[in-house]
Amino acid sequence: MKKYTNTGSKDTRSGFGAGMTELGQKNENVVALCADLIGSLKFDDFKKNHPERFFQIGIAEANMIGIAAGLTIGGKIPFTGTFANFSTGRVYDQIRQSVAYSDKNVKICASHAGLTLGEDGATHQILEDIGLMKMLPGMTVINTCDYNQTKAATLAIADHHGPVYLRFGRPVVPNFMPSDEPFVIGKAILLNEGTDVTIVATGHLVWEALIAAEALEAKGISAEVINIHTIKPLDEAAILKSVAKTGCVVTAEEHNILGGLGESVARTLALNNPSPQEFVAVNDSFGESGTPEQLMEKYKLNNQAIVEAVEKVLKRK
Amino acid sequence: MSNTQQLQDFTTQVRRDILRMVHAVNSGHPGGSLGCAEFFVALYQELLDRKPGFDMNGIGEDLFFLSNGHISPVFYSVLSRSGYFPVAELATFRKLNSRLQGHPTTHEGLPGIRMASGSLGQGMSVAIGAAQAKKLNGDNHLIYSLHGDGELQEGQNWEAIMYASAKKVDNLIATVDLNGQQIDGSTDDVLNLGNLKVKFEAFDWDVLEIKEGNNIEAILAGMKEAKSRTGKGKPVCVLLHTVMGNGVDFMMHTHAWHGKAPNDEQLATGLAQNVETLGDY
Repeated sequence: MKKYTNTGSKDTRSGFGAGMTELGQKNENVVALCADLIGSLKFDDFKKNHPERFFQIGIAEANMIGIAAGLTIGGKIPFTGTFANFSTGRVYDQIRQSVAYSDKNVKICASHAGLTLGEDGATHQILEDIGLMKMLPGMTVINTCDYNQTKAATLAIADHHGPVYLRFGRPVVPNFMPSDEPFVIGKAILLNEGTDVTIVATGHLVWEALIAAEALEAKGISAEVINIHTIKPLDEAAILKSVAKTGCVVTAEEHNILGGLGESVARTLALNNPSPQEFVAVNDSFGESGTPEQLMEKYKLNNQAIVEAVEKVLKRK
Repeated sequence: MSNTQQLQDFTTQVRRDILRMVHAVNSGHPGGSLGCAEFFVALYQELLDRKPGFDMNGIGEDLFFLSNGHISPVFYSVLSRSGYFPVAELATFRKLNSRLQGHPTTHEGLPGIRMASGSLGQGMSVAIGAAQAKKLNGDNHLIYSLHGDGELQEGQNWEAIMYASAKKVDNLIATVDLNGQQIDGSTDDVLNLGNLKVKFEAFDWDVLEIKEGNNIEAILAGMKEAKSRTGKGKPVCVLLHTVMGNGVDFMMHTHAWHGKAPNDEQLATGLAQNVETLGDY
């Protein structure tokens, strides 16, 4: 089993920006739309290199989603970019009717997801977006874990025909996925083999799961770690195969416990192999101001929380 | 090219289709549909530069987007009678397993529809996107769109209206069906829209009015004038003054038939006022 190490911390949104820069050169049908957040979304290079294919919409997210839907008629592949809150909750009906129900090839790219947006507080820290997006028929939902994976996902979704929600974040976090790791939509990546418990993690919690696995190993607990970048369609086979071996699971995500990855895993297990499960997630609350580290500690979304959840679930086997 | 009498005969048949479709399922929106019958006939029979068949991307042809999707009966009737799908399929309107959903959708693959609409206020943004795609593709064809007047109460429209002029989307002709009615009453009573010409002009659109929006010749003249104003740096708005329920006397000048189907007797009265021309479906 290959060992994943931090090759230097970076923000996931810069991985998105790097992906957009590459896409701009590779695919002339790719266009980008932004609602007054070019710097935050790392659109600077794309805008500079392809001004005719970059659309500054202004602070008008509903209009942005509609324009993106219209651009697909004519063969364009629009990537919209704003914060996760304004990418989903604010424009849910526009996405529902003009993108998902209309089968439009729009890529909704969302930065600053979850608590790690930090000091701006709960108005901007959406913890419900995965649930909102996964409930839309036909929507692919992806939540990437680091710079390299975000860049790879950005490139991959351009080649996938259909609406996609791509979720990433603001803070600098460890970059540990190899840059040549293939990104296959809907295909889980096994990061660490184990026999006692399966940890299924997404987004910023994937690195925390790897740290937790090391701590557990020191305690004599063998944890399997699965990187779930695609929450819909979920790689049910990979999860079931692992849980068949370990007999229990901990899910970990920077999202509300309601509607997120954990519920998707629970549903899969309920239908196929009912097993003890613990959830590392926000317990149905809004966030608040603070540094990302403080918030992840207070809301129990770090490696210690994963270790505690594992110890709890092992007792239920 | 058709002459005016042929277009009027076409419109009469469309009115019959609308009445029969909503009567058959005892639901749907006849009022706004009847009010826009002449506009749709003029658009699809004379104004749009269309290619035969249907291609979603619509490259090399004019495209139309219906934002106020509830007037689907007139859209379906005119699409079918313009060759997009069999006229007989109008009999499936609003029924289970139909491509003719209550509100238009691409989801069932009905030729002629490029965007779902029904939840109001989204069509102008979509039309702008399609217009910008045309520019990127070097395609000189135009985008036409239709919006209800009450629909302009939805805020997204004003985001789109602000954007279209700022970004010089001058290959777009957005028409507002100015019938002055909405579900709960007149637009004046529900939420007064004020002077829409002044409002669009304040947002730097080129605005023209068609005072007789149920007169085919007036529509053709007005829309040709609108077309001549495209490509000059401003989006073009047409304020189309129509009468809701036009052509069926008891449905005219009231909001009462916005979303209500006629009963058997009312259907007979309405059909008697619109004698079959092209053959019922």
